[in-house]
Amino acid sequence: MKVSEQWLREWADAPVDTDTLLDQLTSAGLTVDSAEPLAAPMDKVVVAEVLEVSAHPEADRLRVCSVDVGGGETLTVVCGAPNVHQGMRAPMALVGARLADGHKIRRSKIRGVESQGMLCSATEIGLGEDADGIVSLDPQAPIGKPLSEYLRLDDVIIDIELTPNRGDCLGMSGVAREIGVANKIPLQGPELQPVAAEIDDRFAVHLDTPEHCPRYVGRVIRDIDPAARTPVWMQERLRRCGVRPISPVVDITNYVMLELGQPMHAFDLDSLDSAIHVRLAADGERLTLLDGNEVALTAGSLVIADARRAVALAGIMGGLDTAVTDESRNIFLECAWFAPKTIALEARRLGLHTDASHRFERHASSVGQMAATERATELLMAVVGGRAGPLVDTCVKEALPSQPTISLRSARIERVLGMPVADATVVDILERLGMGVVAAGGQWQVTPPAFRADISMETDLIEELARIIGYDAIPSHAPRADLLMFTREEARISDAAVRAVLVQRGYQEAITYSFVDAGDQAQLDPGQPPLPLANPITSDMAVMRTSLWPGLMQALEHNLNRQQPRVRLFELGLRFRQLDGELLQQAVIAGVAAGPVFPEQWGAKTTDGDFHDLKSDVEALLALAGDSAELRYTPAGHGALHPGQSARIERSGALVGYLGALHPAVSRERKLALPVYLFELDLDSVQAGHRAAFKALSKFPTVRRDVSLVVDESVTAQAIRHCVGQVGIHVLENLELFDVYRGEGIDSGQKSLSLGLTFQDSSRTLTDAEVDQGVDQIVASLRTKFGAILRG
Amino acid sequence: MSELADIVSQARDELGAAADAVALDQVRVRYLGKQGLLTQQRKQLGKLPAAERPEAGKRINEALDSVQQALDARRATLDAATLETRLRDEQLDVTLPGRGQQAGGLHPITRTLERIEGFFTQVGFEVATGPEVETDYHNFEALNIPGHHPARAMQDTFYFADGTLLRTHTSPVQIRVMSDSQPPIRIIAPGRVYRCDPPDMTHAPMFHQVEGLMVGEDVSFAHLKGMVMDFLRHFFETDLEVRFRPSYFPFTEPSAEVDIRGQSGWLEVMGCGMVHPQVLENVNIDSERYTGFAFGMGAERLAQLRYGINDLRLFFDNDLRFLAQFR
Repeated sequence: MKVSEQWLREWADAPVDTDTLLDQLTSAGLTVDSAEPLAAPMDKVVVAEVLEVSAHPEADRLRVCSVDVGGGETLTVVCGAPNVHQGMRAPMALVGARLADGHKIRRSKIRGVESQGMLCSATEIGLGEDADGIVSLDPQAPIGKPLSEYLRLDDVIIDIELTPNRGDCLGMSGVAREIGVANKIPLQGPELQPVAAEIDDRFAVHLDTPEHCPRYVGRVIRDIDPAARTPVWMQERLRRCGVRPISPVVDITNYVMLELGQPMHAFDLDSLDSAIHVRLAADGERLTLLDGNEVALTAGSLVIADARRAVALAGIMGGLDTAVTDESRNIFLECAWFAPKTIALEARRLGLHTDASHRFERHASSVGQMAATERATELLMAVVGGRAGPLVDTCVKEALPSQPTISLRSARIERVLGMPVADATVVDILERLGMGVVAAGGQWQVTPPAFRADISMETDLIEELARIIGYDAIPSHAPRADLLMFTREEARISDAAVRAVLVQRGYQEAITYSFVDAGDQAQLDPGQPPLPLANPITSDMAVMRTSLWPGLMQALEHNLNRQQPRVRLFELGLRFRQLDGELLQQAVIAGVAAGPVFPEQWGAKTTDGDFHDLKSDVEALLALAGDSAELRYTPAGHGALHPGQSARIERSGALVGYLGALHPAVSRERKLALPVYLFELDLDSVQAGHRAAFKALSKFPTVRRDVSLVVDESVTAQAIRHCVGQVGIHVLENLELFDVYRGEGIDSGQKSLSLGLTFQDSSRTLTDAEVDQGVDQIVASLRTKFGAILRG
Repeated sequence: MSELADIVSQARDELGAAADAVALDQVRVRYLGKQGLLTQQRKQLGKLPAAERPEAGKRINEALDSVQQALDARRATLDAATLETRLRDEQLDVTLPGRGQQAGGLHPITRTLERIEGFFTQVGFEVATGPEVETDYHNFEALNIPGHHPARAMQDTFYFADGTLLRTHTSPVQIRVMSDSQPPIRIIAPGRVYRCDPPDMTHAPMFHQVEGLMVGEDVSFAHLKGMVMDFLRHFFETDLEVRFRPSYFPFTEPSAEVDIRGQSGWLEVMGCGMVHPQVLENVNIDSERYTGFAFGMGAERLAQLRYGINDLRLFFDNDLRFLAQFR
């Protein structure tokens, strides 16, 4: 919210400089986001009176004006503004003046006529966006006075980041109240004089749903001057607070809103039917709003209606049909209190956020309506004239928000804040904040003022005390607690240990967005229907990832496109999969690798990584949890992977993940010039380790026998291992597959596998005969199962 | 016996001329081998009259010792020279880099989160996590943010068709932990959070927060201040100026924003406050008996300040040139 320092000081003239004032606001919880001088100092722009306007001899659109700039000096100025007229007072930039846009005024000839300065529009002097005509100042503006003095441009615009609980500070009076409390000074707002009714016109108001609108203050004003203009000082204040001046009646209702925080609305009285009803709309009812948009109403929409139709969306925006126009002579002023929830829900439903709805949602005061109406009437009388009817307060008191009485305990204050607060200080602060305080039975009964709807319980009062005492004044202490340990499951592998494996193996950790492009997703994790966001920012972040691969591929490509020859990335995070209508948020670890196994270096050939390089990284991860015997790799169809270079990994029958080369077709679609390898593993499988259990060491020697067997290409290493295991030789200590050979001496379609068999018994030395028998059994079994032939 | 002296003298000459181990061995064989000249001399001893034998034997032994010593000396010299040569030949350019795999590194956000977790686990906080697709109840309702609450507008939320949402903060972990346990509670909850903001220098639709929560019988705002200041000073490893300023969160009261003094003014680093009694009641914790504090900080924000990173988007581009700077 924008606040003019001048205006604020008019309400609470704190004896402090601007910086201190800003600090006081921030310390009170009204955080100052920025504070900027209103305008750069502007020399040589003065109030001038147009004495005479005559046609330009050479140009139809230009006029030649004779202008009084004070000090007995009369200057000639050529002016193109359509609104220039004799007798008007306007800002005049003298020769030598520098305008808001940096333009410097020089003596010049315009179409042959000398111009000794310039009459200025609002944009030219940095006073707004209106570039259409020159600024019309008040007829009383002192001629010759520097404009910056006259308009008091030496103002500071304070932008306050107001938290949503402080609806009471959405007006100058509320902000001033906080400054008053901080400086212990009274408020000095304009003195309110109730405007006596000149006429007896009343307009009937019926509160059909008092739970949504328990109070509606209305007033008829007749015979206003439609030609009147909003005084420049008021326009200036509106502008400084970020509100665009429109017309006197609208400007005045806005001005009162900025001043007192009470939104108001003015209807064209003559366009209203017999009586106002504040009611819920009928489903399907329609209303065209001030901004020209027609909205469809529902049974939850609160409207202001006359006897025939809805005429305004309560607390949000007025209707177009009944708006005050340039021709309106009779008006009906509204200042009501609407239930915050009603307004918030309707404003959100319609996607409307207005100055009024902003305030009602944040709980405007339920008692300020009369004062605001009086203030607006007073200003209207002064600006547009007219005759006011009586102020009519239609109110269902039982439906107004109740005033709580809150118990406050000294001990609780100390408990929550961690320091005692003297009784006298408590009472002083609360009273300065406008609360009623009664001491009773060792505690206080506190009644907050009606404008502080945010205060309803003891903790709210404690916060007020802390805020006013100042958070700086509260001590800092280390918290105290019992020194108790908590469980650390030994078998559980930590995230850090998992990350460390890949970091040691040359991977760099990435963090990619959890939402990805639906097309990418379908390409890299086909067959997994992703969960779409209802309100994505862009289409490339529209669905929740079912795999980390889309994000990692994007990161890979980002780097390949920046001349990185070698990329190895991993990410640890959740993937989001739907299974039988349930959403699984599953932690996984995934990686991508492309380019050489090792970074470029001397003395080593640059070898591109392949499936088995990646597999060794995956195995290193899975080795964290021990027992690799439980793992099974099966060539498995993953739509995004190369069918001959990919594997599905299972541990004891449960799926752990996939690894493999990106499918060449996908590679081509993504225009990748080099093979890319990917893996993704269920993190829980990686982290569920075993606690070690000691097994006695054998004192007897091991015997190793190596055999080479020729088998078909289709026979996998895992199948061989499985088959050997099935033979069930309990003294077989280890099986190592140490060579795979193809080529000379081996028929094509076949391969030679070399197995290293290690035998050992825990209770005795094995005999050669026993070992030979074991080897024979194994070879026989492999021959039977796979037709394996012992190689000579 | 000048013959013996000649042999010795000749052997010495030949030893001196032997240029390498092979030549040296040839000389050894010629004089000291089984058929060697000196060995032969010794074998002749038996032919001498018994009276002469001791004297002759002594002289032969002296000759043998003398040649053996010369041999050993020469061998030592040659060995030293060989070693010298080998050392010269084996000299490497030790400035060439080592070979093999080069370690990668952690993402700066992980690094930051791990440091933060480290400080708090030191003082008895446990790490807790929760889902990222959350229910409205955990993300908002239980935290005192009902549907119409204006605070919802402070956090633009990503929704799904069924009304669930991407958590906008890590505070729902508070609710999950407190719903499952009774005080004393001390947790820290790091994780991803989401807001409906298009990415630019200062906004990201996804970022990381660390939520902290301590609930017990003696937990006050003064303790909150103490813990936050202690943390910030350790995290930044300097005696920072820290400011607490009143703010508003529906789930804490009193609430504060915490600023640290930077070169160009105050920088907001986290929000915090005393857990709102209503929130405690929502999870069946007796708010009369227990009080608590909670804080939430942005990991990207802290990493930016710590490492001087000026653009939020860098964290999610995953450019190796950026990532490699945090090894």
